[in-house]
Amino acid sequence: MTEVLYPMARQCPFAPPEEVTRLRDEPEVPRVPIWNGVRPWLFTRYEDARLVLSDPRFSADKSRPGYPLSSAVAAAETAVEPTLLIMDNPEHDALRRLVLGEFTVRRAESWRPAVRSVVAGCLDRMLDGPRRADLVTDLALPVALSVICEFLGVPLADRELFRSLTHTMNAVAGTTGTAAAARQELQDYLESLVAAREKDPGDDFIGRMVVRHVGTGAMSRRTLSAMALLLLTAGHDTTANMVSLGILTLLRYPGRFAALRGHEDPRQLADTVEELLRHLTIVQRGIRRIATEDVEVGDRLVKAGQGVIAAINVANRDPSRFPSGEDFDPDVRAHGHLAFGYGPHQCLGQSLAKVELQETYHAVAHRLPELRLAVPVEEIRFKSDMAVYGVHELPVTW
Amino acid sequence: MKITLEPERCVGAGHCVLSAPEVFDQDESDGVVVLLDTEPGAALADAVHEAADLCPARAILVGGEDGTP
Ligand code: HEM
Ligand code: SF4
Repeated sequence: MTEVLYPMARQCPFAPPEEVTRLRDEPEVPRVPIWNGVRPWLFTRYEDARLVLSDPRFSADKSRPGYPLSSAVAAAETAVEPTLLIMDNPEHDALRRLVLGEFTVRRAESWRPAVRSVVAGCLDRMLDGPRRADLVTDLALPVALSVICEFLGVPLADRELFRSLTHTMNAVAGTTGTAAAARQELQDYLESLVAAREKDPGDDFIGRMVVRHVGTGAMSRRTLSAMALLLLTAGHDTTANMVSLGILTLLRYPGRFAALRGHEDPRQLADTVEELLRHLTIVQRGIRRIATEDVEVGDRLVKAGQGVIAAINVANRDPSRFPSGEDFDPDVRAHGHLAFGYGPHQCLGQSLAKVELQETYHAVAHRLPELRLAVPVEEIRFKSDMAVYGVHELPVTW
Repeated sequence: MKITLEPERCVGAGHCVLSAPEVFDQDESDGVVVLLDTEPGAALADAVHEAADLCPARAILVGGEDGTP
């Protein structure tokens, strides 16, 4: 009998695969086969997922034998410079500590005016043209990319090169060769940017890190450029997909979309963003780890050397934690969701991502109140086979 | 309600600041949690418990009225 591999296929584009949801309600936590024959445990309940992501006996080091890699591409990536994402403690926290000050809630807030003007620029261009646009290429991607470029300090003159390399790296993810070449070019570019900042540090992330850490020897040039590349790879595609999929979701709930128009209630906007993050949980193949010791999770004993997957998309709809469960309901606070992970690796850029999402959804609701799909929803191509869920394009009119 | 921090565990996610800004802040330069009020009043209890629950690093410990954890 051929077994169905995890992750199973979705039946509805706005919900996780029914098969995985069903497993959450089974008494026994299962082990499921994945593409390379490994059989990790699949944790779908909220409390189990949190434990797996925060217990130090689970390692994120993809190079350990038996690690439940999410794809062949992920396998290839382990060969390059180790990043925060795959480091364990104490090394992980020591490196994360060096950059933490750049990602506080207050710092993210200080980016709000810059984010707002980037969004306004995209919307100005859309409103100048015909009443038709693709929100992926005309809004989601340029907003996410401009913000990360400004954050890192990529000079305006280099933005086009940076954009096209990033595009190549993301568009062909799944086919190793071209993506890896683009990734290498970006890494080289960022390394040259670090070198340039060593001579003339500007007031941006790379400049400040050069002064504080490269100068003192706490970070090598190579580590800093790898960190910059991680911020791009972890932050660009994710944010862009949340922008487009979030707007598509809001269009299905016109009352919610209209409610974002006003300026009166920043709380409502923030809650809507949290609920969209929970409901959509775009990191769709779960977050993976491997046990370094025997660990009890719920009533299961995970043995040292066994892989585990925290299916955050299904855990985020666990009714024991989230009363709205399968529904989209911004009136029920979605705090505590796992869309950014949990534990030491919880998303470093989450406060900045939230500012970007709040600003973009608000500006779209405010300036394009008549926004609607330009094609039937059935014609929209969803990113079912990619690590990060979203839509390939979002044709709209107004 | 007595709060103890284990700042060496903090990973800077900032949930504490969002949940209870009266009680928690993040250091301007290194981003690590700082306590503004070690014994906040009962009115802030829900917010403080929420912060402790959301903290992904389990860096916030809340003790009872009598100081027991
Ligand atoms: C809505 C957009 C985003 C989503 C859904 C998202 C999701 C995630 C998730 C689930 C993780 C945890 C991975 C794991 O535990 O293995 C993570 C980690 C990370 N994210 Fe994000 N992210 C987003 C935006 C960003 C942005 C804008 C940045 C940078 C500015 C960023 C930088 C990072 C970094 C550096 C890590 C690794 C942290 C570590 O391992 O310590 N992310 N993200
Ligand atoms: S929630 Fe926890 S990890 Fe995040 S800033 Fe506060 S103390 Fe640090």
